[in-house]
This record gives sequence, structure tokens and C-alpha cells, in this order.
Amino acid sequence: MGELTLFVGQIFNGFSVASLFVLSALGLALSFGLMRVINMAHGEMLMLGGYLAYLTLMVVPGPLGILVALPVAFLGAGLVGALLEATVIHRLSSRPLDTLLATWGVSLIFQQGARNIFGAIGVDVTAPAWLNHTISISGGPLDGLTLPATRIFIMGVAVLVLGGLALLLAKTRIGLLVRAVNQDRETAAAMGVNARKVDLMVFALGTGVAGLAGVVLALLGPVTPNVGQSYIVPAFLVVILGGLGSLVGTAIASLIIGLFSALVQIYVDVSLSQVLLLVFVIAFIQFRPQGVIAVRSRALDS
Amino acid sequence: MRFTYASAIPVAIIVLAAAAPWLISSYELNLMARFLALAILAIGLVLVWGEGGILSLGQGVFFGLGGYALAMHLKLVMLDPGDIPDFMQWSGLESLPWWWVPFENPVCAILGVVLVPGLFAAGFSWLVFRRRVGGVYFALITQALALAFSTLLISQQAYTGGFNGLTDYSTLLGFDLASDDMIVALYWITLALVVVAFLGVRFLMMSRFGKLLRATRDGENRVRFLGYNPAPYKVIAFTVGAVLAGISGALFTLHAGVISPALVGVVPSIEMVIWVAVGGRNSLWGAVIGALLINFARDEISSAFPNIWLYGLGLMFVLVVSFLPDGIAGLFAANRSGRMAHLLKTLRPGRAA
Repeated sequence: MGELTLFVGQIFNGFSVASLFVLSALGLALSFGLMRVINMAHGEMLMLGGYLAYLTLMVVPGPLGILVALPVAFLGAGLVGALLEATVIHRLSSRPLDTLLATWGVSLIFQQGARNIFGAIGVDVTAPAWLNHTISISGGPLDGLTLPATRIFIMGVAVLVLGGLALLLAKTRIGLLVRAVNQDRETAAAMGVNARKVDLMVFALGTGVAGLAGVVLALLGPVTPNVGQSYIVPAFLVVILGGLGSLVGTAIASLIIGLFSALVQIYVDVSLSQVLLLVFVIAFIQFRPQGVIAVRSRALDS
Repeated sequence: MRFTYASAIPVAIIVLAAAAPWLISSYELNLMARFLALAILAIGLVLVWGEGGILSLGQGVFFGLGGYALAMHLKLVMLDPGDIPDFMQWSGLESLPWWWVPFENPVCAILGVVLVPGLFAAGFSWLVFRRRVGGVYFALITQALALAFSTLLISQQAYTGGFNGLTDYSTLLGFDLASDDMIVALYWITLALVVVAFLGVRFLMMSRFGKLLRATRDGENRVRFLGYNPAPYKVIAFTVGAVLAGISGALFTLHAGVISPALVGVVPSIEMVIWVAVGGRNSLWGAVIGALLINFARDEISSAFPNIWLYGLGLMFVLVVSFLPDGIAGLFAANRSGRMAHLLKTLRPGRAA
């Protein structure tokens, strides 16, 4: 396997990891832009999506089970998210730091709940046959390069979700309301927009997307009670780099972080790559503290 | 200053705590000493979080730096000259890494307990605060720091002892750590440092520095418009908190006989915040009580009913933050104008109710 193959392979990995980060971070970034709160239980929405995929595949076995699991996980996680927003987050939204702590408590409860119901070891979701192959390239400069179909599937889901959300935000009436509240909550409310309802909807949408992320995660490895924790810290870093509530910013930041980790891992091990990623993020905010995409605003205190 | 019964309470508590070696078993004394060590970290968090409004989800890092600095010394003093610790031999190291060498000297190690977390926190927080990145962003970055630190400790087995951390120490400055006298002496040292940390942070809170820190918490931009740069104040508060966390970690390592990645990662770091949240983020005595209360409760409950403990801890996060943001101390503050104050007033000599 040549140098170039390794490099291209890692770029491919970077894109597929970035797809997971996009799906995990989109919900966080959207509600952060809107309400300035971060949901620490967001990782558990991924976990929930994974377990819902497992349950769906028990009911609907066969090659198309995974396609049924996607909407089930989206709705299930969205519903739980809506409940969480209405009970805990909305009450605390004027105290963003306290929201972090309260939602961390929620995530502890979810993790322990999953441990009690499904066991600590984790459950397996087997990929259907049509995803269970790899594209191998032999001969030429990229000899030995393998591209697993599951990874390509994950990228496809991420692109579809990003495109769908972009259309929703740009073209629909709901998107108009979301953009209005995002730009200026008070003015939007004065114009008769029900900002409260927009918050709830965007939050549920975001957790639903995290549910989708959970389904695709389940294709890569076992679903454990802690599965969300391993993806959530990079997702937080994506939110920091991305800028406030920007779809494009989140996508670019996911790519930056995904590619950075994948390429750095050619030279160092996983643990050092985490350290370097953190150094990179701190270096990045020296130059662009407002994130990749800055939302222009005349307000000083936001 | 006129004598009041209220001002006698802290003195009575300290006297009672100092007499603990005669009142409780040596097992309980060791637990008490551990948890008092943790209370020093909690006192630091009152300055950082309660006063400064800076939520740090990475206090475990500074706790760990202090703990490891001392533990490295404790490992080295047990060795014959030229020898290296056992876990390094197992990992195939030939000689002591250069950055371990200074910790052979006890003075360097004790300085390291204070300076390593202090300098690291100062540099780290300066880089972030100078670009006016704060609030939720800072909390998330500190959490990433805690994750990176604990993963690094686990993966660099040859240099850090890996997952097991550093353990099995026998002597400190030539004294046997297992002897009863040493346990009592270390308990008193810990208690004294709790009092020093308490008074030191109280002094900072009542000073001009404390006033500006609170002002920064409540309206950072207003402070800027008044001509102050808030960043140095936040950096100093965060650094003081980190130094206290380092001291706390070193003392804890002495009492517990171990420091390991499991004590310093993401989860323990955020639990440190809940001690202070339960006790009261704006109250020094509240933070001490919160640290003691939760750790004693954990000790009682978590081994027997791990299920209940985790659900309870989760619920505690949600309920305390939602309904009791000032913690236990807030319960008393609410009554100060009412019953409690009235009660104390009536007890005051020379003044009938």
C-alpha cells in the first residue's frame, strides 16, 4: 500500500468522520444559535437513535430494516428532545451555564437507564447485505484503497440531511420564522412570531437529527450506553468553530475537525490526536474567536 | 469587634474538626481527610464559578496535575539510586524521562504541586479569555481539555503509569505514610490548608479584585466601558482556582494512596462542580459542606447501590440547578432576614427581643 493510498484513505476517513460530526453537531449548533444553550444530553440522543435502530431491526428484519429505522429514530429522538426542552431546558434558557449542568444530569439518567434496560456491554446492529461490502481499488496509483459501503452510506445521509435542512431553512415558512428568531428574538416576537414554539421545534428537529446520527453510528460498532460520549466532545468543538447557529459554518467546522483528526492520525496515535485537536481549536480562536461563519449583529451582548 | 454567638460557630466547628482524631475511628478520619482535601478544590470553584461566573468543567485536570506532581515524587523516593519505577521497567524504558528528574527533590515536587497547575491554567485561560471567548464556549473547551488530559494519561503508559495511575507509596520526607501519627498529622495539615484556602479566597472576594470579578460576571461589557480589561481578572481567578485544585489533588493523593486517570477525567471534573452547586456556588462554607456531604453520601451509597447513586446524582444535577441555584447556603440566606436572624438576635447578650 503506497503513501498516496494511505493519504487518500485518511481523507476518505476524514470525510466520513466529518459526516458523523455534522449529524451530531447540527442539532447542537441550531439550538445554540437560537437559545444560547448547549444540551449536554445530546450525545444520549445519538445513543437513543442507536437503540431505536436495534429495536426496529428486531421488528422489521431484512434488507430494508435500516431504512425504516431512520425515520423511527428521528421521530423517537425528536419526541424525547421536545420533552426535554419543555421540561428542563426552557426553564433554564436564561442561564446557559446552568443548562449545561442540568442537561448533564439528564444524560447521566439516560445512560444509567440504558445500562439497566439493554445492559452495559452494548447491542449489535448488523448492517444489511447491501451495505456489507467494500469497494476495493486494485492497480494504479491508488492500489489497495478500500472504501466500506457503510461509510459511503453515512456520507450520503449527512449530505441529504444537510441539504434538507438548508431547504427547510431557506424555502419554507417555518424556516423563515427560525431565521427571524435567530436574527432578533424580540423583534420577531413583536411581529407575532411565537418564539417559544420555534425554540421547541428547532430543538426537537436537532435531537431528531442526532437520532439519525445514532442509526448510522450503529452500523459502525456496537451501541453501548456510553456511545454518545465518544462523539459529543468533538461535536462541541464543532459548535465552537462553526459560529453561532450557522448551517454552513457547522458543515465547514465538521470537515475541518474530521479531516484534521484523520490526517493527524497518520503520524500520531488517537490520544495524541485529541490533544493536537484541542491545541488546534485554541489556536484557531486566536484568529477567529467568532467562528468560521460570523453572524453579523449590532447587539453587543448576545 | 463585639462578640456574637454567630461568630463563635466557625471557631467551634474548627475546634471540633481539629479534635476529630480523638472522636472518630482512623478509617473515618482518613475519609474525612480525603474529603476535606476535596473541599479545597470546592473553595477554589466558588471563586472561579460563583464569583467569576466562569464554569470550568476541567478542574480535574489541575487536580490531577497537583496529584501526579506529588505522586511522582512519592514513587521516586522509594527507589534505589539509578533505579526507575516498576511500570517504566515493564514498558521497556531504560532510564528516567528528563521531566521526571526534578520531582526527585521534595521541594521541587511541592513547588510543582502549586506551579504546574498554576502556570498551565494561567497560560491556557489567557489564550482563551484574551480573545473574549467565554461562557459556554469556555466550559466546553475545558471539558475537551479534561478528555484530552485523561486520554493522554491512559495512553502514555510508560511515563504515567497508564490506566492504573501512580500508587503504592510508603514514605513522605522520610516519614512512614501508614503510621497512625502520620495519618493524624496529615489530617491536621489538610484541615489547616482548608482554613487557609477559605480565608484566602474570602479575602480575595472582599477585596477590590473580588468586586471587579463579580462586576465582570454580571456585565463584562460594562466593565470594559468603565475602562477595565476584564481578561486579567478572569485569568487570575481561574489560576487561583487551579492552584487550589492542585493542592487538593496532592493532598487527596496522600490520603487515598493513589492518583489515576479515573479521578481526573470528564466525569469527575463535572462532579466537582455539583459539590459546589449543591452547597451553594456563592458561599464558601456552602462549598465545603457540599463537597463533604456529596462525597460521604457517595461513599455510603455508591458501592451498595450503584444504580440508585447514578440516578440520584443525575436528578441532583437537574433539581438543584433548576430549583435551588444557590444550593444549601441559599436556604439559609433566604431566611436571614426572617427567622434565623431573629433567633440569633434574641440570643445576643444584653439585647432582649
